[in-house]
Amino acid sequence: MPTRYEGIFEVARRSFLRALRQPAVVFPSLIFPLFLLAVNVGGLDASTELPGFPAESYLTFALAVPFIQGAIFVLLNSGTDLATDIETGFLNRLALTPIGGRSLLAGGLGGVLAVAIFQTGFYLVVGLLAGASFEAGLAGVPVLFALSLAISLAMGSIGAFVALRVGTSEAMQGMFPIFFVFLFFSSMALPRDLIEQDWFRTIATINPVSYLIEGIRSLFTTGIDGEALGLAFGISAVLTLVFLSAASAALRTRLVRT
Amino acid sequence: MSSRFTSVAAAVGWRNLHNFVTNPALLLPALLFPLFFFSAFAGGLSGIEETPGFDYPNGYTAFEFAFVLLQASAFGGVFTGFGIARDFESGFGRRLLLAAPNRLGILAGYVGSALVRATMVGAMLFAIALLTGMRVSSSVVDMVGLITLALFVALAAALFAAGVALRFRSMQAGPLMQTPVFLILFLAPVYVPFDQLESWIQSAASVNPITPIVEAVRSLIAGQPDELGVAFAAAAGLAALFTVWAVRGIRSAEAAGG
Repeated sequence: MPTRYEGIFEVARRSFLRALRQPAVVFPSLIFPLFLLAVNVGGLDASTELPGFPAESYLTFALAVPFIQGAIFVLLNSGTDLATDIETGFLNRLALTPIGGRSLLAGGLGGVLAVAIFQTGFYLVVGLLAGASFEAGLAGVPVLFALSLAISLAMGSIGAFVALRVGTSEAMQGMFPIFFVFLFFSSMALPRDLIEQDWFRTIATINPVSYLIEGIRSLFTTGIDGEALGLAFGISAVLTLVFLSAASAALRTRLVRT
Repeated sequence: MSSRFTSVAAAVGWRNLHNFVTNPALLLPALLFPLFFFSAFAGGLSGIEETPGFDYPNGYTAFEFAFVLLQASAFGGVFTGFGIARDFESGFGRRLLLAAPNRLGILAGYVGSALVRATMVGAMLFAIALLTGMRVSSSVVDMVGLITLALFVALAAALFAAGVALRFRSMQAGPLMQTPVFLILFLAPVYVPFDQLESWIQSAASVNPITPIVEAVRSLIAGQPDELGVAFAAAAGLAALFTVWAVRGIRSAEAAGG
């Protein structure tokens, strides 16, 4: 009989392999953020001429955004996979085994982290090859990976919660625009102090996604910035805690319901 | 035009519009997404106005409105393609082909409903932009030109998406309808005037048929019509090209038996 940890490992392995076996799902999550980055760099490079802009190159400034977009894709893809497991009855069958539904949750998040490591390396290499600076230097590389994983874990927890609540892959996919609203109404395109519209700056300031972006961005534009990194790690931890607890509760409800 | 054609077109168009207006899952995204893009672009990036070389006289809100209006028009057309794909996937399209005495009327009905959708969304967007203080310097004639260009874009996008939907007859073709339209729109001068674009994206924008249309709509909002001939030729050319594509698509659906 597998132990709980063996069960979690097997489910994580299944989750990672499942992602790799769906190139139509994986490639857009790698390529789409880079395409948007290229368009934004081409279109918004002029904003580096604004007084007080924190980087000489817009590429360096904007390279943080694909990491967050990639994490949102992780959220959607892992949530959709979990919703499919609910639709096909896999979750119910797993709940009858010694592995249990909670292992599916933990294992699914393990798969999320494996995908996130791959994405982080890919965006970093492409960004540096395209000419971006990385002010944090070699010491910043593990910090970047750690922060990117923390953000992906938070996003994966949100995805798991939503999937367990909605229960269908179609509804999960329908959530796509909602998550992108948070990204667009953040400091993704300009630093908060250079946003002219007060209402937009206020939304960007209360939007936690701004701080996730600024944490990653600080490694590219400033170096090791304790405040920006602390906020990004802290917000990721709070999001993970809140949504993982909510997902556990939703899992209990769903298993009772079914 | 035969009465059989018009009766089929009217029936299909009415059904599509009825579905659009009465189904919140279709209506709300169509109304909310353009507003979301408009507020995100015009609100978050208004600092671009201060960059050297930005010389649009009516301000950044009006500058971005032109793009978002065309984007909403194009995506109204694409979403109509989704409706066609769904109808054919569910078998309704096959029954339509059997029942309709003139099958080109089916295509005309779908495309007509896309134009009405685009008009509704465009009118709402216009009203909200004016309420939020967008400066418009157009004469009545400029306004007619602006609306005509937006409808041409909706027409071309609807015909393109219809051609794809009628060939694949499955919702899985959704990315094939959405992605090219997204790419061609974002490879135009989205955030800054053409002269301020970076080299590679300026090269792409210079051969992009959407570029003269976006620039013409901006010039019409500013009441300084410019290069309208090129814009109308590009819009009419796209519509003509995709009419052939869509008509061949319905022949393809006929040959496959729906």
